[in-house]
Amino acid sequence: MLSRPLSRRVFLKASGGALAGTLAFASGPIALLAPSRSWAMPLDTLSSRQGEVLLEITKHLFPHPGLEDAVYAFVVKDLDKAAGVEQTHELIQGGIASLDSDASGDWLALDKQEQFQRIEALEGTPFFEKIRATAVVSLYNNPLAFTHFGYQGEEGDVGYLYNGFSDLTWLPDPPQPADGYMPGKAS
Amino acid sequence: MAMTDNQARFAQDDDSVVVIIGSGAGGGTLANELASQGIDVVVLEAGAIHTRDDFLADEWAAFSQLSWLDNRTTSGSFRLAKDFPNLPAWIVKSVGGTTVHWAGASLRFQPHEFRALSEYGAVEGANLLDWPLGYDDLAPYYAKAENRMGVTRTNDIPGLPGNNNFHVMYAGAKNLGYSCNTGHMAINSEIRDGRASCQQRGFCFQGCRTGAKWSTLYTELPAAIATGHMELRPQSHVATIEHDDQGRATGVTYFDANGDMQRQKARIVAVAGNSIETPRLLLNSASSMFPDGLANSSGQVGRNYMRHMTGSVYATFDEPVHMYRGTTMAGIISDEARHDPSRGFVGGYEMETLSLGLPFMAAFLDPGAWGSKFAGALDQYDHMAGMWLVGEDMPRETNRITLNGEAKDAYGLPVANVHYDDHPNDIAMREHGFRQGAALYESVGARDIYRTPPYPSTHNMGSCRMSARAQDGVCNGYGQTHDVANLFISDGSQFTTSAAENPTLTIVSLAIRQAEHIGKLMKEGAV
Ligand SMILES: Cc1cc2nc3c(=O)[nH]c(=O)nc-3n(C[C@H](O)[C@H](O)[C@H](O)COP(=O)(O)OP(=O)(O)OC[C@H]3O[C@@H](n4cnc5c(N)ncnc54)[C@H](O)[C@@H]3O)c2cc1C
Ligand code: SF4
Repeated sequence: MLSRPLSRRVFLKASGGALAGTLAFASGPIALLAPSRSWAMPLDTLSSRQGEVLLEITKHLFPHPGLEDAVYAFVVKDLDKAAGVEQTHELIQGGIASLDSDASGDWLALDKQEQFQRIEALEGTPFFEKIRATAVVSLYNNPLAFTHFGYQGEEGDVGYLYNGFSDLTWLPDPPQPADGYMPGKAS
Repeated sequence: MAMTDNQARFAQDDDSVVVIIGSGAGGGTLANELASQGIDVVVLEAGAIHTRDDFLADEWAAFSQLSWLDNRTTSGSFRLAKDFPNLPAWIVKSVGGTTVHWAGASLRFQPHEFRALSEYGAVEGANLLDWPLGYDDLAPYYAKAENRMGVTRTNDIPGLPGNNNFHVMYAGAKNLGYSCNTGHMAINSEIRDGRASCQQRGFCFQGCRTGAKWSTLYTELPAAIATGHMELRPQSHVATIEHDDQGRATGVTYFDANGDMQRQKARIVAVAGNSIETPRLLLNSASSMFPDGLANSSGQVGRNYMRHMTGSVYATFDEPVHMYRGTTMAGIISDEARHDPSRGFVGGYEMETLSLGLPFMAAFLDPGAWGSKFAGALDQYDHMAGMWLVGEDMPRETNRITLNGEAKDAYGLPVANVHYDDHPNDIAMREHGFRQGAALYESVGARDIYRTPPYPSTHNMGSCRMSARAQDGVCNGYGQTHDVANLFISDGSQFTTSAAENPTLTIVSLAIRQAEHIGKLMKEGAV
């Protein structure tokens, strides 16, 4: 995703919209992973504006200071996928339309505080639940989020035995035999 | 080559075989124990074979690969009924059963826990009972199981090296005057039994790729196949147990991988489908002779379902922890496992380190939560340490597995409904555990403390319990059902009470003891 520069946006799939942005933290851990500071995410079903609204709602639900929009965009991507089912599409479309109509046509134009209050009031509705339940999985289940939050994911597959499983230095090392032994090192 | 390629085969009308339903802790162990006595065994397992090479270092992907996801329903006041109404239990449908993704903690029950009713006295709203066997009856089998499973700190096996999560727990334990070590784990700290030593991957719940952790998938089952007396049939979902007009079990019906109904005859049937499927199967086997379900003259089939008092405490610190590195359960404190009613509850609980990866932490920290407090916890993910509380819960007649009158599975069989209400004793114990866990981490300088509610149940017990008298339970002290002499319960469903400790070592010990008994009964021609 990150390798798609902004300029190629026009070539993206025509039926839906797209989300695009620029990484906010040029020297953050995610920027180190990304080949380019610009990112774009094509949408199959939802419009660009719908994507932007969903991205903003997700940020209100799970506010992480310093977390790149590029990570929140994974949630929009999965909601877009879910919107491939007509019923879900209607749910999302209807939810956004009613947010807008309660905000003189543009919920995005409200200030953050106002935006939040409108979202908070929706707790428990199917629209809110759909976004929350999708976000709580999608937002935290991708390599960019792993990097941001400090989880090493698949890197652990080879094992941390010689790579940091007990590298904590701010407490005294527990004594043996309460602590155990490295393989082959038992007395 | 699949593990089943060169195994023995038995005819479906061969009525001399022992049929075992389920290949997990109970079923897989029983199969190996019987086969090593030269007894012919057919294991029917609903799940497919997933070998160590198939395991995924990815929480959600592994969950989809291995979990039992067939529909179940819930009722009752326990929080799971609201948060995960169709996932009351987190268990495995795969060859090897839940031993594929257990954490490996292997603790013996304490002697007094086999006499819960005598030791605790009657507790209102609970259906306490003494086990029909005592600690001394099981002790030799505990020893065998520990040796078989390679439990650390037994049989001269060194303790596992502790990870960062353990370091934090240990420091707090010391401050509180608790004793704490890296536990009795069925995880190799040294190469043993042809299996590698633990590489501290931290994916114990996703399947242990190195095989350091004991699982019937790559220990008991291949060993049983190697005897030439066991046939494992994966993707074979047992639908009913059949009987003759003397009320003796004659075999089972099952659906094969193509969804076609098959029938396997048997001399003995042993059920080890874990404590939700085992009673469901007995209830689904109702007939005109057994209108309330097989082996259910007591009306106790499905009742007294237990899931342990559980809860988790997560704490964040100024300095990094990276708790996800290394064994999931890396440290154990047993000081609160004693019975001491002055704390306001009977029975006790263990404190065991626990870690979840970022995806599962988001899903389980506080299901349904959102907002800045929740997000703030995850912001500190790599500075977090955690423990799981696991204690004795009260058996209650009303906590039970029943058949759902409406919902059916893919084969048209009624699904299980799991009803559970926390007993006041469970609630008091959880509150105590939350307090002690918080105090432990606060003593090490915790910034924030999070109390996490029970996960979908990983420990499921008691729904076909053992009892001395036939009217109080479903089976006797060997797991033999009171009503049907050649029908055995071979998993955690047998537990009369839950005790505080993780159940698997006891399930395995009971299976070894049961196998010896079945061998004897067969020799005598009694079954
Ligand atoms: C995440 C996690 C961590 C755990 N950690 C620990 C721990 O550290 N220590 C501990 O002691 N315990 C632990 N446990 C619990 C432990 O895994 C179980 O107690 C144990 O595996 C139960 O054994 P069992 O034989 O009853 O059932 P299982 O091991 O679940 O096996 C049952 C098998 O029966 C099959 N089956 C069910 N119904 C049918 C049917 N109708 N036909 C055919 N096959 C069927 C299932 O597919 C399954 O493979 C953990 C569990 C989980 C989920
Ligand atoms: S931490 Fe050890 S026991 Fe757990 S999966 Fe890894 S190698 Fe296996």
